[in-house]
Amino acid sequence: MSLLRTNGLVAGYGDFQALFGVSLSIDEGETIAIIGSNGAGKTTLLKTISGLLRPRHPTDIEFEGTSIGSLEPEQIVARGIAMVPEGRRPFPSLNVEDNLRMGGYCRRAGPWTLERVYQLFPILGERRFAQSQALSGGQQQMLAIGRALMANPRLLLCDELSLGLAPIVIRDIYAAMPGIRAEGTTMLIVEQDINRAFAASDRVYCMQKGKITLEGRPSGLTRDQIKLAYFGI
Amino acid sequence: MYWINTVVQGALVGGLYALFATGLSLMFGVMRIINLAHGDFIVMSAYLAVVVMGLLGVDPLSSLAIVVPVMFGIGYVLQRGLLNFTLGGDILRPLLVTFGLSVVIQNGLLELFSADSRRLQLPWLETASVRIGDQLAIGLMPATVFVVAVVVIAALELLLYWTTLGRAFRATADDSDTARLYGVNNRYIYAMATAIALGVVSIAGVLFGIRTIFDPTIGPARLLYAFEVVIIGGLGSLWGTLIGGVILGVAQAVGAAFDPSWDTLAGHVVFLLILLVRPQGLIPKTVGL
Repeated sequence: MSLLRTNGLVAGYGDFQALFGVSLSIDEGETIAIIGSNGAGKTTLLKTISGLLRPRHPTDIEFEGTSIGSLEPEQIVARGIAMVPEGRRPFPSLNVEDNLRMGGYCRRAGPWTLERVYQLFPILGERRFAQSQALSGGQQQMLAIGRALMANPRLLLCDELSLGLAPIVIRDIYAAMPGIRAEGTTMLIVEQDINRAFAASDRVYCMQKGKITLEGRPSGLTRDQIKLAYFGI
Repeated sequence: MYWINTVVQGALVGGLYALFATGLSLMFGVMRIINLAHGDFIVMSAYLAVVVMGLLGVDPLSSLAIVVPVMFGIGYVLQRGLLNFTLGGDILRPLLVTFGLSVVIQNGLLELFSADSRRLQLPWLETASVRIGDQLAIGLMPATVFVVAVVVIAALELLLYWTTLGRAFRATADDSDTARLYGVNNRYIYAMATAIALGVVSIAGVLFGIRTIFDPTIGPARLLYAFEVVIIGGLGSLWGTLIGGVILGVAQAVGAAFDPSWDTLAGHVVFLLILLVRPQGLIPKTVGL
């Protein structure tokens, strides 16, 4: 049984429809990457899974075999889906440690604690009492990941981890991924950098204009297939 | 000596103004709601104390044991049942709804208690004072009010900075959507913020009722003081609120010392001056609480 499944997911903002029947499934322990250009609906997909947006039909999203499409975000995180939001969004008036503690607000049991997050990202431990706004972009991204891990999710959604960061910083952040997977956490990452996405994932979905245009294992896809799925040309 | 006395008395009254303002500041900080019925909740608390004192035969301070929890509960229900539905869209909506509440509360109180002025009697505290030197005496009542204000503000600081609930308040104030992603039920957080705000307001209302006479229509003027205090102190800073209260209190006392009819005017003038010179307030906090 897949951990997460979307069945022809339709969603959007008010009258503006952004997702036109997205179907995907993720097994426990897998890392899935979703690639696609700006406006393809990747962020909308993650927002809908995490509950910030409502799908057209509540049954469009199933987690652990039950539909979660009608739940509020705070109920969804309690079931084990945590998101690293686009743009990182640290709480500006909280220091690093309080940001992490907010991640653990729902008190799910699991392997991740403040100490474990500080092991994964030692710089956060060094700067635990710094205001989150004083961190560099890369450190803020680590904070955002650590904050989501504090919810001890079964499924971790990561939206554009590399957005606006220098390549060397991106490398550091992706270096943490194996440590997260080692805890058995399933991951769904949205990434514009195709090489990063392929290197980090077991399976890739490509989106274009609110639909899935390609699905497969990184090793089994050709450049031409990807180009067609990504740009439609 | 006369002036020292004036300033001290004014500063002590400032504690009461700070208490008026903290609830307003808390609701604005967490939800960006400006509660126009805030002053009427102050008056309503004083009338609630009248009822509790009448029913149980207790003094005003003891009535707090009932008035505070009742107002806390009213705050919770008010937010969950009404004000939550005004959030998330136009900022005019909560303004209009709380303005309506203000009218309803004033007229409700008028209907129930008539337009007669009331006072919460507490003779032993009202008249007691401590002499310091020949010409300076500090009334026990104003001193008590000031101490209560400091204690309440310190307690709120502890709550905001050292508890899970406080962390959730600050996170929700920063970014309510992201807070929800980590399990914060913002409808509950908002209800707790209003509950705590009205709990603090009820303490202010009862102390106010002991200090001076009140009738159902004086709420809006208290709201005005609360606004001025919040803006003088700096939005979202609780200790700034205490300083703002003291400044307003001293300004009124000094104004009244020149001419008794100048007290309110002097307060407004000082407020306007500070708004001109330091529009961000004395201790501003731009983000969150």
